[in-house]
Amino acid sequence: MILIWLIVVPTAAGLLAWLMGRRHPGWSRWISLIALGINLILALALLTQSADQLTITPGGPWLAEINLSWIPQLGVSFHLAADGLSLVLVLLTAFLGMTAVGSAWTEISEQVGFFYFNLMWVLAGITGVFLALDLFLFYFFWEMMLVPMYFIIAVWGHENRIYAAVKFFLFTQISGLLMLLAIVGLYFVHGQNTGVYTFDYRQLLGTAMSQTTAMWLMLGFLVAFLVKLPAVPLHTWLPDAHTEAPTPGSVILAGLLLKTGAYGLLRFVVPLFPQAALAFAPVGMVLAILGILYGALLAFSQTDLKRLVAYTSVSHMGFVLLGVFVWNEMALQGVVLQILCHGISTGALFILVGSIQERTHTRDMRRMGGLGSAVPRLAGVAMFFALASLGLPGLGNFVSEILILFGTYRVSVPAAVLATLGLISATIYALWMIQATFHGPNKEGWKLPDLSGREAAVMGAMIAAILWLGLYPQPVFNTTTPALHHLEQTATGKQLAARPPSQAIVLSKIDGLSEIDGHSSAPSVWPKGGIP
Amino acid sequence: MSLADLIPLMPLMILAATPIAVMLVIAVYRSHSVTAVLTGIGLAGAFISLPLTSSPETGQVAMLLIVDGFARFYIGLLVAAGFAVVLLSYGYLRPYEGQCEEYYILMLLAVLGSAVIVASSHFASFFLGLEILSISLYALIAYSRLKAIGIEAGLKYLVLAATSAAFLVFGMALIYAALGTMELTRTATLISRPPAEGRSLIVMAGLIMLLVGIGFKLAVVPFHLWTPDVYQGAPAPVTAFIATVSKGSLVGLIIRFFGPVDVAALGSLFAVLAVIAVASMIFGNILALLQNNVKRLLAYSSIAHLGYLLVAFLAGGSMGPAAVTFYLIAYFVMTLGAFGVITVLSGPQREAEQIDDYRGLFWRRPWLGGAFTAMLLSLAGIPLTVGFIGKFYLVAAGVSASLWLPVVVLVLTSGIGLFYYLRVVVAIFARQPQAAAPPAALPLAGGLTLAGLTVMLVWLGLLPSPLLEFIRNII
Repeated sequence: MILIWLIVVPTAAGLLAWLMGRRHPGWSRWISLIALGINLILALALLTQSADQLTITPGGPWLAEINLSWIPQLGVSFHLAADGLSLVLVLLTAFLGMTAVGSAWTEISEQVGFFYFNLMWVLAGITGVFLALDLFLFYFFWEMMLVPMYFIIAVWGHENRIYAAVKFFLFTQISGLLMLLAIVGLYFVHGQNTGVYTFDYRQLLGTAMSQTTAMWLMLGFLVAFLVKLPAVPLHTWLPDAHTEAPTPGSVILAGLLLKTGAYGLLRFVVPLFPQAALAFAPVGMVLAILGILYGALLAFSQTDLKRLVAYTSVSHMGFVLLGVFVWNEMALQGVVLQILCHGISTGALFILVGSIQERTHTRDMRRMGGLGSAVPRLAGVAMFFALASLGLPGLGNFVSEILILFGTYRVSVPAAVLATLGLISATIYALWMIQATFHGPNKEGWKLPDLSGREAAVMGAMIAAILWLGLYPQPVFNTTTPALHHLEQTATGKQLAARPPSQAIVLSKIDGLSEIDGHSSAPSVWPKGGIP
Repeated sequence: MSLADLIPLMPLMILAATPIAVMLVIAVYRSHSVTAVLTGIGLAGAFISLPLTSSPETGQVAMLLIVDGFARFYIGLLVAAGFAVVLLSYGYLRPYEGQCEEYYILMLLAVLGSAVIVASSHFASFFLGLEILSISLYALIAYSRLKAIGIEAGLKYLVLAATSAAFLVFGMALIYAALGTMELTRTATLISRPPAEGRSLIVMAGLIMLLVGIGFKLAVVPFHLWTPDVYQGAPAPVTAFIATVSKGSLVGLIIRFFGPVDVAALGSLFAVLAVIAVASMIFGNILALLQNNVKRLLAYSSIAHLGYLLVAFLAGGSMGPAAVTFYLIAYFVMTLGAFGVITVLSGPQREAEQIDDYRGLFWRRPWLGGAFTAMLLSLAGIPLTVGFIGKFYLVAAGVSASLWLPVVVLVLTSGIGLFYYLRVVVAIFARQPQAAAPPAALPLAGGLTLAGLTVMLVWLGLLPSPLLEFIRNII
C-alpha cells in the first residue's frame, strides 16, 4: 500500500495546492512541502522496515509490491514494485522535490497554486516511473511527468521559454512514442511466443526473439532514454530547457528527469534485450565518451551561467551512460551513486544560479565578477558544489565517477583513459566558473543580500547529503546491491546461455567498496575492447 | 414485415417522429426554448429506447435494416453526440437574429439519417440514410444565411457531396450488375469468397467508387478538399456535428460492410486504403501546422485522425474493429469538447476562431481553458486522457497485424500533430495583463456539456476497462 501512497500523496497535494492557492498562495507552498515530507518518511519507513529482508528471492529482491488489475482486456495491470534501486531514487525524488519547493518559495510569485499543482504532478509522475513494473503503466507515468514540466517551463520560464518548452516537449514526446512502439512490439512478440499477452515486466523478461527484432525493439527503448539522459546527438533540447526553466524547474529537470533515462537503461534496456545491448555496447560507450568530452567543452565556452551548468549535465550523464554499457557491478554501483550525487550537486548549482539571477537579474557571466565579496556565504557554497562537480575526493561525485572509471578500465582501457580526460576538463570549467563569477574585480559594483535563512537551510541539507555520499556511501551500496545484482543476473543469465560455457562467469556478490581494494575482482561479463 | 418488427425499429421511429412533432409545434407556437427542449426529449427518448428494445434476435427488419447490438451501440453513440450538439447549439443560437427553430428540425433529421446508415443492411437504405444526412447538412452549414462564408461553405458541400453521392450510386450499380445483390452481408461474402469471380474488374471498380463516396464523407485524403472551408464556414456546433456524427455513421457502416471481409486479402483495395490512410495522416498533420484558424486547424487534424482510424481498420482481425470503435468514441468526446469550447465562446455573429482569440484563456476562464487544454492534449494522445488509450489501442491493432509502415507513420505524424496542438495550448496559457472587466457568464447548457465531456475524457482515460469489455461483446 505504501507504494500507492507514494504516488497518491503528491497527486492529491497538487490538486489541493491548486485549490487552496487561489485563496492564499502560502498554503500551496506548505501543502507541497508537507506532502513531499510525507513521501520522504514513507520511503524511509519502507527502507528501514524491510532492511533485513534485503535478500534475493527468485522473483528478485523486491521490498514491496502491489499488483492490481487495470485493463485486463489488454493485459495491463497496475503493477508497482520497489527494490533498493527504485527506493533510493524515490528518496532522491522526495528530497530534491523539497529543495525545489524551497527554491520556488520566493521566485514563483504568479499563479502560485497552479505552479505547485504542476510541480507535484511532475514529482508524482517521476515517482511512478521509478516504481512501475508494467510497461504500459511505465509509459503512462513517463508521459504524465511531461505535460506539467512543459507548463512549468512555458508559463514560469525566462525570456525564450516557449521555444524551449516546445522543443523539450517534442523531443521527449516523439522519442517516447517510438518507445511505445517498441513496447507494443515486445508485447506482441511475447504474446505470439507464449499466447500470454501482457505488459508485465517480469513476464516479458527473457522473451525469445531474433537478433534483428531485439535490436529494433531495443533501439525504440534506447532512443527515449538517450533523449532523456541525454546522450550527445540527442541532447540539444537540454541547454534550452534547463536555461529557460525557472529554478525549481531546472532542479527537477537536472536532478530527476534526466535520471529517469538512466533508470530506464538500467531497468529495461539491458535486462530486456541483453544480446542487443551487448551488440550496441561499443556504440553506446563511444556516445558516452563523446558526451563527456563534448559536454565539458561546451560548458567551458558558455557565457550564460545557467547554460554552463546545463552543459555540465551532459558531461556528467555521459559517465552514467558509460557505466551502463560497461555493465559490471562496480560500474553499476558508480552509476547509481552518480545519479544521486549529480542530482544533488547540479540541483544545488541551479539553485545557486537562480539565487544569483534573482538578485542581479542577469545570468551573463561577463557582467559578473567579484560577487564573492558581495555575497560571501553564497560564494562559499558555490565553491563547495563546484568542487563536488569536478570530483574532489571526499565528496560524493568523486566516489561515483571513480567507480565508473574503475569499472570501465576492466572492459576497455582506452575508454577509461578518454573518460578520465572528462574529469580534468570538469576541473577546468568548474574553477573557471567560480573564477569568473565570484573572483576578480566587482566591475558593476554589485551590492547584494547574502543567503537568507531559508536558502541556507536548503543548501545546508544538500551539502550534508553530498558529504555523506562522499564519506560514507556504504548504506547506499547495501541498499542497491541486491537490486543491481539481480538486474545483472537477469541480463547475464541470457548471455551465458548464448555463449560458450568456458566464458561462463559466476558473479560473486560484492560487498560495497571492498572491490576497489582488489579483494574480490569479479571479471567483467562483457568482452574486452568495447571501443572499436 | 410484421408488427413485432416495429419493436427494434422503435429508436428510429422516435427519431423520425420528433422532427414532425417539432414542426407541428412550431406551426402553433414558435419558441426557441420549447423547440430545444422538445428536441432534447426526442433524442433522449430514442437513446433510452435502445436498451429497452434490445433482444437476442438479429433484429433484421425486412431486407433493408438491421438493428442488432452493433447498430444499437452506434445509434446510441450518434444520438448522444447529437444531444451534446443540441445542448451546445442552444446557447450559441440565442443571440441569432433570424429564426432558429428550424435548425433543430434539420439537426434531428441529420441524426436520423446517420442512424439509418449504421442500421442499414442494404445499399438502398444506406443511400437513403446518407441522403437524409447530406440534405440536412446542406441547410445546416449555410444556416447563418446572411454570412457569405457560410453560404460559400454550404454550396461547396452541396456540389461535392452530390458528386460523391453520384459516385457512390454508380459504384452500387456496378456491384449489383456483377454480383446481383445489394445486401451488404451478401455482397461482402461474395467478395471475400476465394474464387476470383467475386473480384472481377467490375466489382473492384464498383468498390473503389463506393470508397470515393465514403471517403468524401470521412474527409480522408484525397477527398478532403472541402473539409477546411466547410469547417470554417459552418456554425461552430454544426462543425462539431459534421466532425463527429456524420463521420461516425460512415465508420460504423464500413465496419459492418467490411467486417466479414478479410481486407488484407483484397490486394489492390487494401493497397488503396493503406495509401489513403498514410496520405491522410501525413497531409492532415502537415497542413494543420500552417493554420492560424482554430477551426481549420481542427479540420486538418480531423483528417489525420480518420487516417489513424483507418490503420486499425486495415488491421482487421479481432482487434481492429474494437480499436476503431473505441477510438471513435474517444474522437467523439474530444472533438465535441474542442468544438464545444469554440461554440460557447462564439455566436452567430462572430466566431472565436483565430488562435489569438484564445490567448490567455486559462487566466481569464480557468475551467474553460483547462477543458480546452484537456481536449487538445487528448487529441495529441497524452496519458490521463481517453485519446491516449485510443491511440494506444490503434497502435496495438496495427502492430498485431504487422502493418509496420502505417504504424510508424502514425507514430511520427502524431509527433508533428503535437506541435500544432501545443501552439494552441501555448496561446491558452500565454500570460496577459489582467482584463479590466470579468468575462460574461457561459451558457449553462454548453458549460454543463463541456464539464460532462471533460469528466468522460479523464474517466475513460483512467478506467477504460468497462467500455472495452462492452465493445468487445458487441463486435
